[in-house]
Amino acid sequence: MKIEEVPQDQGFLVEGKLRDVCYAVDENGQYTKKLSTGWDPKNAAMVMAWDVVFERVEEVRSKVLAGDLSPIAFYMELNVMDAQILADYTGLSKFKVKKHLKMKKFLGLEPNVLQQYATTFNISVEDLQNIEKIKQFELKHEA
Amino acid sequence: MKLNFQHNMAAHCENGVTSNLLKFYGVNLSEPMVFGLGSGLFFSHMPFIKLNGMAVTSFRPWPGAIFKRVTGILGIKYSHKKFNNQQNAMQELDELLTQGIPVGMLVGVFNLPYFPKEFRFHFNAHNITAFGKEGDTYFISDPVMENVETLNTSELLKVRYSKGTYPPKGRMYHITEVPKNIDLKSAIVKSTRKTAKDMLTIPIPMFGVKGIRFMAKRIRKWPAKFGPKDAALNLSQVIRMLEEIGTGGAGFRFIYAAFLQESAELLNQPWLNDVSKEMTEIGDKWREFAYLAARCFKKRDGGEVTYDMLADILMVIADREEKVFHQLKQIKL
Repeated sequence: MKIEEVPQDQGFLVEGKLRDVCYAVDENGQYTKKLSTGWDPKNAAMVMAWDVVFERVEEVRSKVLAGDLSPIAFYMELNVMDAQILADYTGLSKFKVKKHLKMKKFLGLEPNVLQQYATTFNISVEDLQNIEKIKQFELKHEA
Repeated sequence: MKLNFQHNMAAHCENGVTSNLLKFYGVNLSEPMVFGLGSGLFFSHMPFIKLNGMAVTSFRPWPGAIFKRVTGILGIKYSHKKFNNQQNAMQELDELLTQGIPVGMLVGVFNLPYFPKEFRFHFNAHNITAFGKEGDTYFISDPVMENVETLNTSELLKVRYSKGTYPPKGRMYHITEVPKNIDLKSAIVKSTRKTAKDMLTIPIPMFGVKGIRFMAKRIRKWPAKFGPKDAALNLSQVIRMLEEIGTGGAGFRFIYAAFLQESAELLNQPWLNDVSKEMTEIGDKWREFAYLAARCFKKRDGGEVTYDMLADILMVIADREEKVFHQLKQIKL
């Protein structure tokens, strides 16, 4: 790759904060470093990865709004987690976490358990219980 | 307290932390040199290890390998620890910083506040260096960030104890002893031979040059095996691994070409420049593969790019890499 070929296809990276260091040859054939703001094929792969996540979140959202699954299930998918990771983060057993994914069980949860989940998702307990917020939640990526 | 530590950006986090730590102790090595000495170039395609339910494709050895190999080959001693107790993990970090020692740490990126949201998957093999603390704030050199970042105690604790596959468990490391004389030339020769050996002789089809051919064969079957949607998804995951942040482009092939160029001069062996040029062209070929693969999984070209075409490119790459590593295997002082 030549210096002038280092792609600058703006996507997910932020100039002045995080850019991709590329190694490329200059006009004398010498390797040098050059910063890139992104490359289309790479951005497309990233978009695709998130679209898969969003697809699953949408599915769960409709089940939450139908009163079947709990907000925990929604935020679990949104954070690209599964029951095992969520169990590891909250310190609860995987068995319990799976139960809490049901709306019925969720409604009977103690405040301290709710707090464990909220902390893991980096949100407040109020937000965790707010179904309207889940309904309004906008799924989007920057690029 | 803030150590006189130079934050240098690098393509790859492990190269970067290694190079920055060594620089602190007066050993000046470029990122490509660190990468080359660590035999950082590799290939593996492992259907039995899954990421997001798909085969893992990797262009480098296991996390931690580069640091371990570079220090080993240069005779640098280091200490390395993990902690069951989170309080101990932070206390020991603070003690080292007070003694004026910069500390490398393995962290998960999921809760890393300064990372863009889109990059925050549950990836647990990121490397950063702490080089100071004031009040509750740690000064952090993260090689993929343009500037020095800061984390408070609870933020740092969270990333050191991230969960998921291979959790870091508070792992940290620091350099304890640097020898007076470093024999860089023989280290280059040894590590280059190792890279060539790893790429050519592992008797399992998933690794090295054989692994590239193995993946090519599987890719041909993806559309029939997975159907169009999942085949596209699998392909996009290969591209993410090939071009993810930190490869310096083309799955580390360009960084390695830069290492060969630097070595040509250090060893006074001009033939390595020719190998470097060939490696650059191979890197370009990998980029062509990525470009066409993206057209394929985005389906923007109406099926013009087929999985067979992509596999053909991989076969060409495998042949050319095989030739390069046979040449490099012969390297001598």
